Amino acid sequence: MDIYLYDGSFEGYLSAVFEVYKKGGVIRKENTFIPDMFARTFGVQTDLEKADRVWSGLSKKLSADGLHQYFSAFLSELDNIEDQLLNYTRHIFENQASVERDFGNAFVLFVAQTARKVHREKHRMEAFVRFQLTKDDIYFSLVSPDYNVLPLIIRHFKDRYADQRWMIYDRARNYGIYYDLEKVDTVWMEMDKQEGIWDEKELDYQALWQTYYKGANIAGRVNRKLQLQHMPKRYWKYLPELR
Amino acid sequence: MQERVHEKLSILADAAKYDVSCASSGSDRKNTNKGLGNAHPGMGICHSYTPDGRCVSLLKILLTNHCIYDCAYCVSRKSNDIKRAAFTVQEVVDLTINFYRRNYIEGLFLSSGIFKDPDFTMERMVRIAKDLRTIHRFNGYIHLKAIPGASDELMREAGMYADRLSVNLELPTEEGLKLLAPEKKRADMIQPMNYLKNEIIRLEDERKVLKKVPIFVPAGQSTQVIVGAGRETDKDIVHMASRFYQQFRLKRVYYSGYVPISNDARLPGLGQQVPMMRENRLYQADWLMRFYGFNAQELLDDANPHLDTEIDPKLSWALRNLHFFPIDINTADKMLIARIPGIGMNSVNKIIAARSFSALGWDQLQQMGVQLNRAKYFITCKKGAMVKKDYTSEQIRRQILNQSHSKYLKLHSPQLSLF
Repeated sequence: MDIYLYDGSFEGYLSAVFEVYKKGGVIRKENTFIPDMFARTFGVQTDLEKADRVWSGLSKKLSADGLHQYFSAFLSELDNIEDQLLNYTRHIFENQASVERDFGNAFVLFVAQTARKVHREKHRMEAFVRFQLTKDDIYFSLVSPDYNVLPLIIRHFKDRYADQRWMIYDRARNYGIYYDLEKVDTVWMEMDKQEGIWDEKELDYQALWQTYYKGANIAGRVNRKLQLQHMPKRYWKYLPELR
Repeated sequence: MQERVHEKLSILADAAKYDVSCASSGSDRKNTNKGLGNAHPGMGICHSYTPDGRCVSLLKILLTNHCIYDCAYCVSRKSNDIKRAAFTVQEVVDLTINFYRRNYIEGLFLSSGIFKDPDFTMERMVRIAKDLRTIHRFNGYIHLKAIPGASDELMREAGMYADRLSVNLELPTEEGLKLLAPEKKRADMIQPMNYLKNEIIRLEDERKVLKKVPIFVPAGQSTQVIVGAGRETDKDIVHMASRFYQQFRLKRVYYSGYVPISNDARLPGLGQQVPMMRENRLYQADWLMRFYGFNAQELLDDANPHLDTEIDPKLSWALRNLHFFPIDINTADKMLIARIPGIGMNSVNKIIAARSFSALGWDQLQQMGVQLNRAKYFITCKKGAMVKKDYTSEQIRRQILNQSHSKYLKLHSPQLSLF
């Protein structure tokens, strides 16, 4: 078996598809790959031209929604996502008609369901991001989403907070997105001390929010299970109302 | 200063929490002015959940809990001995903007006790919405509670700034209102609803011929009724809702299980359970009417005036109408498939799309998210029927209940899991 290693980026993955499609073989991320002594391994150079050829091939077969699902499923970073997507890709190109909604096919259904999971995580981030205002007038939020969803939430936050500078930092993947009132850039930073960087009114508003949160609860209807179902514990650490 | 705002917020959030609407979707207010916020059509966002499992999407507060009325079911009633407070316009604006900027909320839901008279109250509420929109260029979601008896002129102005307006019917029947809120009249509530409906239709017509028509309550109007305070049946409630959906083109009817707040002899007393299961069933019935093509008469009639608490209303309907089944998944109409217990609208859409590629079997249905343990009694697919025997309604009901019973036990009995 031949194994093709790529750098983890979407363009890298598409470049690998370009290599593997005719020759056969499997695609793996180079940083999580476990060496296999019976297989030959090849490194794949990320090649924007090749990536673009695969993507425009897909664009001819998939709707805008379908392309978005394909990209979303990739962002899941699941262990076997490259295999699933490669199989899906073959299924797409082997059929004349669009197979995007052929949910009876296992690969189509898997990609659709994975995209849905990623979409749900994206939606959660739109809900659970909590900005704190810094002295430099930047609204800053830490997150650690289950999937790599920052690329998917840029538009939402850019449209919504068009008149304030903000940064959302993915602690698990160690990169962030920063809006400077004009455009959104990817940023990396050292996460050390956070004391003393907040605006003087920041804690007041967090306290007011906590007061509101307490007042909005109806004690006679307590239903912790339902609360947890909608807002699993792993998200709590960044929510001021639950601190 | 800060202390006082905390106290007000605490009192006026507490008093507003019985309003259940938390919708923040369905509007169309794009952020085109590079201002703050976006109430663009799409999914609403629930930013948090309180320990009662309800979502927090809007800053839901009363402008004041001072009130000239004395409705038995309401915490803010005149005769109740509680702390009173009132926000200033600036305080509400400031809280809304600062909460919104931190991504705590989707917007503001402002209601109020009625002080002095309806117009006086409504005018202040409209002022807040106007300041947010014009001074702060706020494009987030605003839901204003329309005060019954307020003038048409104020309603029109409110509609220009709010995404949604709602008038609460309070109680599902007129008799209930007479008993528990004798100072209020159904007619006063219907009048603003009618005004809004006509205004929305008028502007819609104008929009067909004119280019520039101002937006007016883009997320429409809704209402709320309290459940379990009076003696009304589920049939009364659901048929009322169905009528109002049609007559006033409401976006939503909300059902709020009565939370006992006093020992008034006309009402369930303190310490009594909130009818949460009943409320849940009513929402399910409401969903069936709005999305699944059921009408009120099919769900509840004189022979069946109450929704079954043990099983959901769709299953309940199916068991009363076994002659409709089995339905063939691979050929039946979309809206017939939507009537099968255990199949939600998401699965319906998947089935319709997938079956045009190849006939579907059990595994595929399960993969798509169909709950076969319930659906299996009502369907056939390319492999025929899964349940060969003809069961009676009662037998199917028992079998389904037994399965869900065991699930319930697993969750609640630690002893059992030892073995």
